Amino acid sequence: MDPKTQISPAVPSEEVDPPAGPTRRQFLAASVRLSGGAVVFLMGAAASPNEGPEKAAEVKGEAYNWDEHRYAYLVDTSKCIGCGACVRACKAENQVPDGFYRTWVERYVVGMEDSHVDSPEGGLNGFSPIQVGFPVTKSFFVPKLCNHCRATPCTQVCPVGASYRTKDGAVLVDGERCIGCGYCVQACPFGSRFLHPVTHTASKCTWCYHRITKGLRPACVTACPTGTRQFGDLRQEGDPVRQAIENDRVSILQGHLLTEPQCYYLHLDKEVR
Amino acid sequence: MLEISGYAFPNDVHVTWSLMIVMYPYITGFVAGSFIVTSLYHLFGRQEFKPVARLAMATSFAFLLVASLPLQLHLGQPQRGPSVMITPHFTSAMAGFGILYSFYLVVLLLEVWFVWRQEIIERAKRHRGLARTFYAVLALGTYDQSPEAVEIDHRAIQILAGIGLPAACMLHGYVGFIFGAIKANPWWSTPLMPVIFLLSAAVSGIALLVILYQVFARVGRRPVDAEAISALARWLWFFLILTITLELLELIVMAYERSESWLIISELITTRLEFSYVTVQMIVGGLIPFILLAVVVLMNRFLHERVRNTLSTVAAFLCLLQVFSMRWNIVIGGQLLSKSLRGLRSPYEPEAFGREGVLMAAALLIAPFVILWVFDRVLGIEEAEGEDGRGEAPGTETGSAPSPTA
Repeated sequence: MDPKTQISPAVPSEEVDPPAGPTRRQFLAASVRLSGGAVVFLMGAAASPNEGPEKAAEVKGEAYNWDEHRYAYLVDTSKCIGCGACVRACKAENQVPDGFYRTWVERYVVGMEDSHVDSPEGGLNGFSPIQVGFPVTKSFFVPKLCNHCRATPCTQVCPVGASYRTKDGAVLVDGERCIGCGYCVQACPFGSRFLHPVTHTASKCTWCYHRITKGLRPACVTACPTGTRQFGDLRQEGDPVRQAIENDRVSILQGHLLTEPQCYYLHLDKEVR
Repeated sequence: MLEISGYAFPNDVHVTWSLMIVMYPYITGFVAGSFIVTSLYHLFGRQEFKPVARLAMATSFAFLLVASLPLQLHLGQPQRGPSVMITPHFTSAMAGFGILYSFYLVVLLLEVWFVWRQEIIERAKRHRGLARTFYAVLALGTYDQSPEAVEIDHRAIQILAGIGLPAACMLHGYVGFIFGAIKANPWWSTPLMPVIFLLSAAVSGIALLVILYQVFARVGRRPVDAEAISALARWLWFFLILTITLELLELIVMAYERSESWLIISELITTRLEFSYVTVQMIVGGLIPFILLAVVVLMNRFLHERVRNTLSTVAAFLCLLQVFSMRWNIVIGGQLLSKSLRGLRSPYEPEAFGREGVLMAAALLIAPFVILWVFDRVLGIEEAEGEDGRGEAPGTETGSAPSPTA
């Protein structure tokens, strides 16, 4: 569970690929240690929204059991300093192509009369100071990522079921099945999806599914120096994210669309959509 | 050079649905529109459409054959395209395409067969060798031309038209649904969308037939039937009025409600889409043909045939432009607008070559006419001389519509 052990960027991976070791011996040793992850990988690769749960039940031994988890993400916008470490970590971890973003950071510069929002390169290189033409009363950063909605329109519109929601709450894309029609990209209200310029299939934040199923946290959470980004398990008693969602005043993005996002926000401003 | 005004979500600056997705509803629109025309004769017994009924059906058929191509060309993984039909995920609006398309294709194939059955038999009898075998196969082994058989044909055509009309409407209304049911995009998300798509399909179908009918008449050295042109112009006017009304209504409601998206949408149509929406869709393609067709319809009695034909043809071309720009403004316009509702990207310029380029789009538009030409060579779109009286709508009076035969 020590997050420090796995920070180094993984090899280029499919949506739920486990990292492969350099030699056969190491690979075999790693396979045994990471059998939980490997099993999840196998499940994920073959997953369809309907047959997934049954397959999970068939897995024997100390496998990762997605019935025991229900993940959620918490962003405390008051803590974000706009350093962009999360965007860089995500890009490195998931080999995100240039010009596309699985996560990004928005800067809000707000006055009583007007507001300005930007996200140069998704906040990849942080933010340089700007001048705006109105008196500024507040300014803040808002990290964004896939909301892993419970009632998500992106999986609803997928014509072949390549987009699906796992039982532990992550919304994933099966890159082997995706036909690259782009309907999910259009259906996501948050702009979280894109067509990968190399694979020509839909791509998005997976909450670093290859990490979380091994007990690690998503790369962006690990990289965040201020604790803005937190990742938790709603099935664990005493989980800080669960407690925050249970006890604090949390918001979600575009709640009127009733997509039931599983990314919760603390101290969200009315300007944020 | 990509330019963003305001703030767009960083992934929202790509136009994922390209020119091909503009072509797709444009082409299926012709399928549905021309089927509506053929149904007006075969199903509703409107005799004035008799001269164009067969042409309309052949047009619907020709466009249907290419209707799925733009979708296939657009896919990032085209080789997986068939899985939409083999393993459809039924919560997706898109998964219905395979079913609707195949169903309509079967209905239309059957109807075409019944309508052209006599023709096929005649040709099978007339030809020798390979050609004869070909027509014999097309005739499916039955050479029955007895009055009873012809009567059965008529009944079958009527029943198939009765199934085909809702199927064609579903096929195209469904295209509108694909856009109208995307709640993430305020420029698309309205229950009016399928209706607007359907009505504009009728506009494009009728407009195309106004032109095609005259071209076919010229090529085949047949007189252009004045009654048919008047009727087509009348119905074109009617559907154009409905289409423009609904298109405006959608905007007016949005503006009057001052919905949260209105600010950005008003910016979209007055800046990025100023030319394609205001100028082309509303004025050049909307207002002007409305006036031209109003002249044709309201002053029909006073018009010389050539004036009527010319006015109708010009109006029809403008209507075709209107419908294309409407498809463009919906599909592309909706992607210039970021879901942040704070920003717009610069206008999209399609590539010239390549799978989703302008050249391919032009090829897709030309292909149905090539198919029509082949159809005409193989089966003869118009009835051959001396074969009057076949394919008539049963139980209706003839007389007002002269036979198209020369």
